[in-house]
Amino acid sequence: MTGRTGKRIRVLIAKPGLDGHDVGAKLVCRALMEAGMEVIYTGLRQSPEAIANAALEEGVDVVGLSVLSGAHMPLTRKVKERLEEAGLGGVPLIVGGNIPRQDARALQELGVAAVFPTATPFEKVVRFIEEQAGQ
Amino acid sequence: MTDRIREIPPVVWESGIGIDPVYGPESRTGAEGDGIGAPGEFPFTRGIHPLMYRQRPWTMRQYSGFGTAAETHERFLYLIKNGQTGLNVAFDLPTQCGLDSDDPMAEGEIGRVGMAVDTLADMEEAFADIDLNRITVSLTINGAAVPIMAMYFAMARKRGFELSELRGTAQNDILKEFVGRGTWIFPVEPSIKLVGDTMEFCARHVPRYSPVSVCGYHIRESGASPAQEMAYGLSIGKAYIDHALGRGLDVDDFAPGISFNFDIHGNLWEQVAKFRAGRRLWARILRDEYGAKNPRSQQLRMIAGGGGGGLTIQQPENNIVRGAYYALISALSGTQTMALCSYDEAYTIPSERAAKISLRTMQILMHEMGLCDTVDPLGGSWFVETTTDRMEEKIIAIMREVESEGGIVQGIAEGRVQAAVNRQAYEHERRLQRGEIDKVGVNRFVDEEEEQEVEMHPYRDAEALAQLDRLARIRAERDAERVVATLSAVREAARANANVMPAVMDAVEAYATVGEVCSVLQDIYGTYREPVRF
Repeated sequence: MTGRTGKRIRVLIAKPGLDGHDVGAKLVCRALMEAGMEVIYTGLRQSPEAIANAALEEGVDVVGLSVLSGAHMPLTRKVKERLEEAGLGGVPLIVGGNIPRQDARALQELGVAAVFPTATPFEKVVRFIEEQAGQ
Repeated sequence: MTDRIREIPPVVWESGIGIDPVYGPESRTGAEGDGIGAPGEFPFTRGIHPLMYRQRPWTMRQYSGFGTAAETHERFLYLIKNGQTGLNVAFDLPTQCGLDSDDPMAEGEIGRVGMAVDTLADMEEAFADIDLNRITVSLTINGAAVPIMAMYFAMARKRGFELSELRGTAQNDILKEFVGRGTWIFPVEPSIKLVGDTMEFCARHVPRYSPVSVCGYHIRESGASPAQEMAYGLSIGKAYIDHALGRGLDVDDFAPGISFNFDIHGNLWEQVAKFRAGRRLWARILRDEYGAKNPRSQQLRMIAGGGGGGLTIQQPENNIVRGAYYALISALSGTQTMALCSYDEAYTIPSERAAKISLRTMQILMHEMGLCDTVDPLGGSWFVETTTDRMEEKIIAIMREVESEGGIVQGIAEGRVQAAVNRQAYEHERRLQRGEIDKVGVNRFVDEEEEQEVEMHPYRDAEALAQLDRLARIRAERDAERVVATLSAVREAARANANVMPAVMDAVEAYATVGEVCSVLQDIYGTYREPVRF
């Protein structure tokens, strides 16, 4: 699967904040790799600045955040701001993890392209990223 | 008859053990000797005490803590009033990661998933008026275990409890944090050294305290099979023993202080076999490999409760039923302590109502269902004893594989254990999504219109601000010179490769913060870098 640039779709999967739950993030990484994408996984405890820098350096088509601690609102807001400052406001930002329904709406109002709560099938995430990046 | 048996679909447990449709007296072959023994006797397959729950029922210790120490204190009193017999303290992520509440990375996380602790003052407030001789406390702390344990001991001493009599548990299993849970701070080797410091300190000064609770739990929650959970858990337990022996301690002086924390979800019988096999294996390892003579060293004591990993976000009330079965499994498996996941745990920090239902679930088993009537009611079942043997073989095979690849410490440092667990998690999730594994409400008996009506635990900015104010006040009011002097003693102890615990005790008594202690230790030991490996 190729992205806008004609190369393989590149996705950054990041763990912002202090949350140590990385099972879901790693599962999604593997599913995206199996779907033919290039995946850069940041590991735990990333600051919003570090995530924006990684997105810039790696030239990714999509940025995915995984949060299960409940801190998804403040963390996503900050990552979104840092991405915009880095000139990456147009890169679709997706959020996964333990996200209650009412917060999913609030995240979309912040400019998040899609929210994939726990238990979302891999195919749904893969398809969405392909649609967003694969023009 | 044979043909009919061949027609039925096979049953294979997650751990890769095939199950026969019928077991009988001839099923159990190849077991080393009898291997069962009496309860309270080596190898403790049937339980570590001769009379188990007839003499003393399991301790009920729900994981709890959120917001400030004052809020957590209130929840503690509520749980005690409702019949809980121990406390299991949840700390917030900044505390667990060794950061103070005023660290920039702590923003939005103060008191969110547990109680915020910056200084001894928070510890004092959380346990005010709680009789620490009657209510034993378990501290769920790992990366920051050194300052937090020191604060707990300092608080107890200040309250007039003798350290030589103090009981309780710290989780303090850093190796599993590198595999799952992720609240590491220092690199692998110094992290083990710090666990060793606490073991040595407790062996000398707090002998009735259990400084390490080895967790298969989080490894299983990260996707490991039950056999892997037990194998990695026991291997990690051995790593701490090897370290302590290397410091010149006698195995019987510290091994009784090692307890275990295991997960329960999935197939009922598989978990039962896992616990009985694990108990037997640990006893043999301690006696035969380490020459432990004290039966307490050989006994696998455990907290085993329901794992959040088995709960579903779909049809959340089903989780109440799952929790009841998990508690049943725990009781049938001879646990010492139970902490049950609450039904809303797939979403949020348990509400008071959900925490109470969990407590009542355990109480119903204890008081209505007869789970305390007799010891090891499943013992002697052809099925249970045979699958216990098969499970033991599986666990031994995984432990040997770990050994042959350089041991558990190297396997974790290089990310190989993490990758193995991750592969298992992925396979399981794939099979679940394909419908090859049944999960009610997820891929079987799915409700078309899912309405999630679960009360969310609120995050209150006011509590976070209160914590920041409190920290600022303590920083201003404490004896600054004493803080500097005691912290530099911590630095010197770490640099000299001495046990840091006595110096950290002095520092926290001077109201040095968790973040200050950890950052001094990080100066000497460095910071862990995650090996990302798929």
